[in-house]
Amino acid sequence: MSNWEYAPAPESRDIANLKPAYRMFVDGKFVEGSGDPLKTVNPATEEVLAEVSTASPSDVDTAVKAARRAYDRVWSKMPGAERAKYIFRIARLIQERSRELAVLESLDNGKPIKESRDVDVPTAAAHFFYHAGWADKLGYAGYGPDPRPLGVAGQVIPWNFPLMMAAWKIAPALACGNTVVLKPAETTPLTALVLAEICQQAELPPGVVNILPGAGDVGSELVNHAGVDKVAFTGSTEVGKLIQRALAGSGKKMTMELGGKAANIVFDDAPLDQAVEGIVNGIFFNQGHVCCAGSRLLVQESIADELLDKLRHRVSTLRVGDSLDKNTDVGAINSRAQLEKIQELVAAGDAEGAQRWTSPVPVPDKGFFFAPTVFSDVQQSMRIAREEIFGPVLSVLTFRTPDEAVAKANNTPYGLSAGIWTEKGSRILWAAQRMRAGVVWANTFNRFDPTAPFGGYQESGFGREGGRAGLEAYLDV
Amino acid sequence: MSDRISVAKTYKLYIGGAFPRSESGRSYPVNDSRGGFLANAAQGSRKDARDAVGAARKAFPGWSGATAYNRGQVLYRVAELLEGRREQFVAEVAASEGTKRGESIVDAAIDRWVWYAGWTDKIASVFGAANPVAGPYFSFTVPEPTGVVAVLAPQASSLLGLVSVVAPIIAAGNTCVVVASQDRPLPAITLSEVLATSDVPGGVVNVLTGRTAEIAPWLAAHADVNALDLTGAPEAIRADLERAAAGTVKRLVRGGRGEPDWAREPDVSRMRAVLESKTVWHPMGV
Repeated sequence: MSNWEYAPAPESRDIANLKPAYRMFVDGKFVEGSGDPLKTVNPATEEVLAEVSTASPSDVDTAVKAARRAYDRVWSKMPGAERAKYIFRIARLIQERSRELAVLESLDNGKPIKESRDVDVPTAAAHFFYHAGWADKLGYAGYGPDPRPLGVAGQVIPWNFPLMMAAWKIAPALACGNTVVLKPAETTPLTALVLAEICQQAELPPGVVNILPGAGDVGSELVNHAGVDKVAFTGSTEVGKLIQRALAGSGKKMTMELGGKAANIVFDDAPLDQAVEGIVNGIFFNQGHVCCAGSRLLVQESIADELLDKLRHRVSTLRVGDSLDKNTDVGAINSRAQLEKIQELVAAGDAEGAQRWTSPVPVPDKGFFFAPTVFSDVQQSMRIAREEIFGPVLSVLTFRTPDEAVAKANNTPYGLSAGIWTEKGSRILWAAQRMRAGVVWANTFNRFDPTAPFGGYQESGFGREGGRAGLEAYLDV
Repeated sequence: MSDRISVAKTYKLYIGGAFPRSESGRSYPVNDSRGGFLANAAQGSRKDARDAVGAARKAFPGWSGATAYNRGQVLYRVAELLEGRREQFVAEVAASEGTKRGESIVDAAIDRWVWYAGWTDKIASVFGAANPVAGPYFSFTVPEPTGVVAVLAPQASSLLGLVSVVAPIIAAGNTCVVVASQDRPLPAITLSEVLATSDVPGGVVNVLTGRTAEIAPWLAAHADVNALDLTGAPEAIRADLERAAAGTVKRLVRGGRGEPDWAREPDVSRMRAVLESKTVWHPMGV
């Protein structure tokens, strides 16, 4: 039999409609920001994609005032049924431009096109579609007959799911009657600015949504602005604590979706092949840049060797490389800084005595890449078992009894998600009840849906996104 | 009236189901509303606060793991015992608050306790959900207690306010450490005597008396406290407490400025504030 060479299946980058320059979106118009412009880079090639204007403190002030005007004069007075139709329009426009958004997202973020195409963009549209329907039904949500919005929401989102996070933030805020000033991440501002264009196409009243690109200083300016009534943050626990501290005594309502170090527990009666797929999805989806990633694998001792053999074999088949290649499984690490952080923690794993296995997969010379890595013989005290790596690195620990699995799973200040693999229904429910985590995936992992509340326990944050529970974040209740 | 010399009560802390004095050995005089001496209360310390958090954490698995029906019965039993101590509470509230409305306040407090006792087995139906996700999965969301809650009890309303903040926390399955009203702590201690003789397990409610501003910062910063109820926080240190709470991303129950009107009908917001939502997914297929 002849050897079948690998043939790439690249998506065309022209579809992204990439422009040389992008501007911030304030009061319904694209305007030049007075901060220092930033250059956003394709992490898979290190080429500059576009120049993006950023906000200065006075731009933040202008945007917050525009959002306040839109809130006072238009959005808070508009009947819910009318708000709903604008939000439905946005959902439809995202669907219409989904291919463009997916390619642009993969270029800017480095994630594989199959993920931006099949997860990020459809989920973003779904969040607008779901929340649109709530806008005129809030009286049925369990917060009293006529729950009121909060006002202007200041929202800061991360770089791992740029468009999807924007949707998770903007859709419920608008549905509940708030207006929004959103700061996308410094390294991934582009799709949020296309979303701004979509708001224009939807004829959303000026000022209802404002998008301000920039770095952390813009985010800080925004959340601390006296005209902001509500702060929603998704990002690291470290920055979440800084924001919570900064807002002490301000009376602003906050929601925080922060880091995680999820346990993915595999019991001895688990369906192993299915579990392997779930483990791979849990930690290598989106290069492991997922706050709810299943980064700590807890395997029952009796099946650990068999499972690890299967896992390494499966991981070695993952293709790493060009984010626009439809065959790519693991794309680029989002930035050099993140790559260095991953390298530093992996070195700590080596130094602390864990056994490292790295996939022998070829990795491109240019761009920020990290080959899928599995550490075994990991102890709970090691940094790679305690700290969020936010990369394609799995730490494997073992347990003997179900009680030990639960104790190890919960031995973390985080509490965002957990995974359970077993064929025994009663064991699933037993373990799910004991996980101190906001999302528990049993015999699956990394599932998201706008109807299913998402959010953390403990230092993974507070508040929920999605479902009826998620509306509370944007209502004065 | 006989000439008999009455037996005065020693008011102590309530930690882990026991009534210790403060480890610091300190006490402070508690006066009635006209300045007359009522009793010496224990002046709780940082170490007392830590012991109380430890006791609350230890009690959490049992209390949060009890069935909702069981928690409801246990809490209803507390209301029965409160009713039996009605006269004592009326006297203490009247003395502490200098009010003639002691009877109606105590009645309202008992009724409020009954209201929350009836909530335990409704919480999951009212706050939970079956999520109609777009895929072959069964997804449901259940409310769960957030953990150990530190409570700065209302300063003015020594019983009705206290019950209004504590009952929702434990009805939702949390355990708590309560810093009683600084100047009006006696009804809180008597309530803890009721709890001690009820079926509420030791450690579910722990009551500290003393200086709120001295004890609160330790609770706000304690890594094993999941939520902080600031209802009775002194205005001057409120922001500091929120800052300290950020160190471990605690949930905050802020309350507004000044004390709410506790006579108003309660709603579910105090329970919601100390509940987490847990979403569980499982594939469907053959």
